[in-house]
Amino acid sequence: MSGPTRRVALKVVGATLGAGAFAYAGRPVAQWAASVDIDDLLRRHYKELTADELAQILRRIEDETQKKYGVEVRVEDIPAQDGVSFGYALNLSLCIGCRKCAEACHHENNHDRPTNNSYIRVLEMQQGSFDMEHGTVDYDHAVPAPGKYYMPVQCHQCDNAPCVKVCPVEATWKEKDGIVVVDYSWCIGCRYCEAACPYHARRFNWRAPEIPADEINPDQGYLSNRIRPQGVVEKCTFCLHRTRKGLLPACLEACPTGARVFGNLLDPASSIRYVLEHKRVYVLKEELGTRPRFFYFFDK
Amino acid sequence: MADPVDTVAPPAPPSLAPGLTYLRFLSAALRRSFSGSWRFYAWMTVLTAIALVGLNGWGHQLQQGMQVTRMSDHVSWGLYIANFTFGVGLAAGAVMMVIPAYLYDDHDMHDVVIIGELLAIAAIAVCIGFIVADMGRPDRMWHILPGIGRFHWPVSMLTWDVLALNGYLLINLHIAGYLMYQRYRGKAPRKRWYLPFVFLSIGWAISIHTVTAFLYQGLGGRPFWNSALLAPRFLATAFISGPAFVIVLLHVVRWSGRLTFGDGPIRTLTSIMRVTVLLNLFMLMSELFTALYTGGAHAAAVKYLFFGSHGKHALVPYIWTAVTLNVTSAVLLFLPRTRVDRRWLLAACACAFVGVYIEKGMGLIIPGFVPSTLHEVVEYTPSITEWKVTAGVWALGLLILTVALKVGLAMWTGKVRAADAPPMVDGAP
Repeated sequence: MSGPTRRVALKVVGATLGAGAFAYAGRPVAQWAASVDIDDLLRRHYKELTADELAQILRRIEDETQKKYGVEVRVEDIPAQDGVSFGYALNLSLCIGCRKCAEACHHENNHDRPTNNSYIRVLEMQQGSFDMEHGTVDYDHAVPAPGKYYMPVQCHQCDNAPCVKVCPVEATWKEKDGIVVVDYSWCIGCRYCEAACPYHARRFNWRAPEIPADEINPDQGYLSNRIRPQGVVEKCTFCLHRTRKGLLPACLEACPTGARVFGNLLDPASSIRYVLEHKRVYVLKEELGTRPRFFYFFDK
Repeated sequence: MADPVDTVAPPAPPSLAPGLTYLRFLSAALRRSFSGSWRFYAWMTVLTAIALVGLNGWGHQLQQGMQVTRMSDHVSWGLYIANFTFGVGLAAGAVMMVIPAYLYDDHDMHDVVIIGELLAIAAIAVCIGFIVADMGRPDRMWHILPGIGRFHWPVSMLTWDVLALNGYLLINLHIAGYLMYQRYRGKAPRKRWYLPFVFLSIGWAISIHTVTAFLYQGLGGRPFWNSALLAPRFLATAFISGPAFVIVLLHVVRWSGRLTFGDGPIRTLTSIMRVTVLLNLFMLMSELFTALYTGGAHAAAVKYLFFGSHGKHALVPYIWTAVTLNVTSAVLLFLPRTRVDRRWLLAACACAFVGVYIEKGMGLIIPGFVPSTLHEVVEYTPSITEWKVTAGVWALGLLILTVALKVGLAMWTGKVRAADAPPMVDGAP
């Protein structure tokens, strides 16, 4: 074989191998790109949608849930009510650390089953200490244990929320009833909010949630418990799909000791107002200036 | 086919077709990027292969979700953001060539300053790569574009970082591109077209790393980061890793014979490093003192990082390696031998570069999350996919740097010139 011919042959072989390598390596990216939903990709922010556009999006989410999870659900957009500002209080004298609240949250909010996700973490604390360094979430024995008290922690719906401040795309914001929500269809998954939250209140969907069809809660809110897409952040919304309709949060209903008190801070006759006015309440990490709407108190 | 640049035909009047000259400039640059010795091809093939491995890993991450990383809701940023942070420092560190060249009129540095500007471009590309790799939904990237998505400026520090990094990229692309284009045309660069941008780039370089530090140091819930000393430390480490990398790069460039220059720039950069390595160690000591002498919650992350806590020690080998390398580089830089022996200098630079890489990467990002805000100790070590993607992004950065230097230096030294360009006199247009 002469020199130039060999060189040409080498170049052809090299180019073929190179093109093959590119095609092979790039295939997963290409497949992912092909799976991206164009309507979802191009839609605008929740606050910019007209009523019609929002209605269409809700129907689309219902259809997709049907296709992906094989179950018929109803996804609603439930706006905040005028004259309502939610607050939550937890009686640490009554909490026995049974974690029924965390379990109720898991089911109500359509959490991923294999990871047993929940918006509530219950800490077993050492009597005589407020220091969480001496607490643990990994307790596995009969409760309540002697010498311990229990402190469930969930989103505090802060009025000065660090998570809302840091979001680069306004995918999370505070509603007028005080609830901090996430538009799962706008979040870019940077997880800056997760780093910013001092209460470990946010979760990321490290993969698409897995839930058996018969366990899916079909009553869903667009900004709350609809099944979240992969790659976005989620959080507790005080069960706004329930509470904005006058129901109580699922965690409160599940509590066997009545340790949880929820209500409208603007209603002088509400039980949450009674607690705030008559008990010595405190908030977690008050020194950070986050101004939580979630209060703790002891009553004995 | 006749090559328009290499023909000896009488040149067209330049005033008639400036656009055409620019197209020829781009085409000359493109051809130069794809031709070279077998060494060049081998180097580019290896880098491309690594980049493709990274691309493949990223594709799997896109499909299966970020469960393929070992990040968790406890340690929600890992290797990607660690590398991003270091990359910003590298980009900012390149300004240590620009300041002597333009603020102190160091003529030796002026001869090689283009290398710093090209390095900044490649380093910013690396940073953008790591940000994209870390995003759960890169398909929604447009949401963060100012004017197009919903840009949460000025409240979110991340939006400031978008402006700072992309602005720095554009400024450096303009400066390097303009200087190269003028050399290509055989014309002296006009000061008003680049000097204001050079001074802007100096301030901007400081800002990119300050803003990146503010991302972390503004979080009240993360005591390990919530320190006013973070931004100064970021700058000090940037002015270690940047000069260290450039010193090695200058040796490579000189060895390749593509540019001849004196020892002045290397001496200047070494002097800068002698100051910054000590400054960094001093600030580290100050942070350790504050945390450990005071004790309490603020010390928890520092204790975990340096000694382990609750029986968990994943970061301990990382940080002691970093401290050892940083101290070694400081000692080496002050040895008289390092002034005369290149190998000792290069060893000092390697120690400094790797030391800062670990300290500012894994040693800075991970302890921010351990213990968690509810004081749970959940550890993190990167997964294979994370290492693949990380290697891929760095390989992409080196590809960009190699091509930029190859084309840039050929234009800079007059090897690639427009047909109608006047001949160079004494290495200047």
